[in-house]
Amino acid sequence: MTIRSLLIANRGEIAVRINRAAKALGMRTVQVYSQADASSLAVRLADEAIEIGPPAARKSYLNIDAVMAAARAAKVDAVHPGYGFLSENAEFADAVAAAGIAFVGPSAEAIRLLGDKVAARRVAAEAGVPTVPGSDGRVADVGEAREIAARIGFPLMIKAAAGGGGRGIRIVSSMEEFERQFPQASAEAAAAFGDGGLYIEKVIEQARHVEVQILGDGTNFVHCFERECSLQRRRQKVWEEAPSVTLGPHIREKLCASAVALARAVAYRGAGTVEYLYDEASEEFYFIEVNTRIQVEHPVTEMITGIDLVQEMLRIAGGAPLSVRQEDIRVSGHAVECRINAEDPYRDFMPAPGPVHELEVPDGERVRFDTLLYAGYEVSPFYDSLLGKLVVHGSDRADCLQRLRDALAALKIVGIATTVPLHQALAADPEVAASRYHTRFLEHWLQTVFAPVQGGREEAR
Amino acid sequence: MSKAEIRSPLPGTFYRKPAPDSPPFKQDGDAVAASDVIGLIEVMKSFHEIQAGIAGNGIAFTVDDGDPVMAGQVLAEVEQ
Repeated sequence: MTIRSLLIANRGEIAVRINRAAKALGMRTVQVYSQADASSLAVRLADEAIEIGPPAARKSYLNIDAVMAAARAAKVDAVHPGYGFLSENAEFADAVAAAGIAFVGPSAEAIRLLGDKVAARRVAAEAGVPTVPGSDGRVADVGEAREIAARIGFPLMIKAAAGGGGRGIRIVSSMEEFERQFPQASAEAAAAFGDGGLYIEKVIEQARHVEVQILGDGTNFVHCFERECSLQRRRQKVWEEAPSVTLGPHIREKLCASAVALARAVAYRGAGTVEYLYDEASEEFYFIEVNTRIQVEHPVTEMITGIDLVQEMLRIAGGAPLSVRQEDIRVSGHAVECRINAEDPYRDFMPAPGPVHELEVPDGERVRFDTLLYAGYEVSPFYDSLLGKLVVHGSDRADCLQRLRDALAALKIVGIATTVPLHQALAADPEVAASRYHTRFLEHWLQTVFAPVQGGREEAR
Repeated sequence: MSKAEIRSPLPGTFYRKPAPDSPPFKQDGDAVAASDVIGLIEVMKSFHEIQAGIAGNGIAFTVDDGDPVMAGQVLAEVEQ
């Protein structure tokens, strides 16, 4: 089936990105929007737009009935869910398929399987992918949990089976703390995810976050190499790059092959990401989870491989085989992405919605700014704070960082506070330049390196 | 006796309860102290406590739980 029309069941910069990719493939685009997004860039770009409800996401972008009504009314051939919202909701994938519409993503069955973190861990282990030492699936009660905790040692993580994306995780450093936190974690998981199931994993200290981009058409599976996303604040990625300079060629090959083995084990269709922790000291990597959707940071992979991942997803959903073979996929140069958020880094990342009066975007072949902004746009308080992603490509990492510093200096967003100054400081930091960081680096750096700068500025005012 | 207004310092979604299954911070008619929390504003997926800012009696909310609000919008009135 060729897809001629596409419903975009998302908002923000990714809805803009999907609109452009679909139009490049000659598709008619239909954008859903909440009452708060009537003047969004995605609505302006789309061939058609359909309002699906009030600003609150649960009444609009998370409302399966409202999105499905729009898909049926617009008579689309396919639905792209983007990331977040309904993108990893198996019920939604089922509803789309039941309406005779193509879901741009894997089957509901694969979403269900890989979305259950305990089941995913089992699938990974069966495919030969190393997993973090921990429980074999869900732990039945605190007694069993105590035995496992004593075996793997502290610190360890209590994780919600239905969690993911950094949510539903507690770190405990002693048995006493473990026994106190375990029942609370179960109650909290039941309230937050409707499933109180927990599992246990050892904390890998000073780990780096690496992830492998996979593509599959159900029969053929390839990887598009890895991304490194170790610069995180409150478990949310802030800065991503590709490739990861910490991996030696031999480890890279093993890591990427393990992601392809996992894709093959579930006959994966579409684009996905296999996430790992990498222990630099021991050169071991451990599976964390699979995300069955396009990732926010996909552009760094596009920059170094030349593959348009969103267009490839759309072609696969239309029944086409993969357009690339593994031997055709090569890494060229280095790319970095900075997440530009409407948050004030000098005021503890206070959200900063409001009107953007002026916008100046750096241009150049190797610079890309994927954004929801235009001059005069009012950033809504109802959704997450991501304004755009500044992505820069260089011939190597040093060249990339130089180009990034230039691009950040040329990016002007006037009217609201943004995280541009944070990225300018990171891009100028010697530790970052030497790639000496891990997943807990940024929060410490914010307090010790960035905060003194901030104090100095306030005195100067 | 005069009426004083409590306004939202932020745009976002106003919640009268700390969690969906909890009782509200304040019932209509309650007395409030300046430092009392009267609700939460969710802005860009983060939650911020809203204090009354003024003391008074007989608080009367002008927005409902879960309503979108603008910065500067009146959330409640108290008698002083």
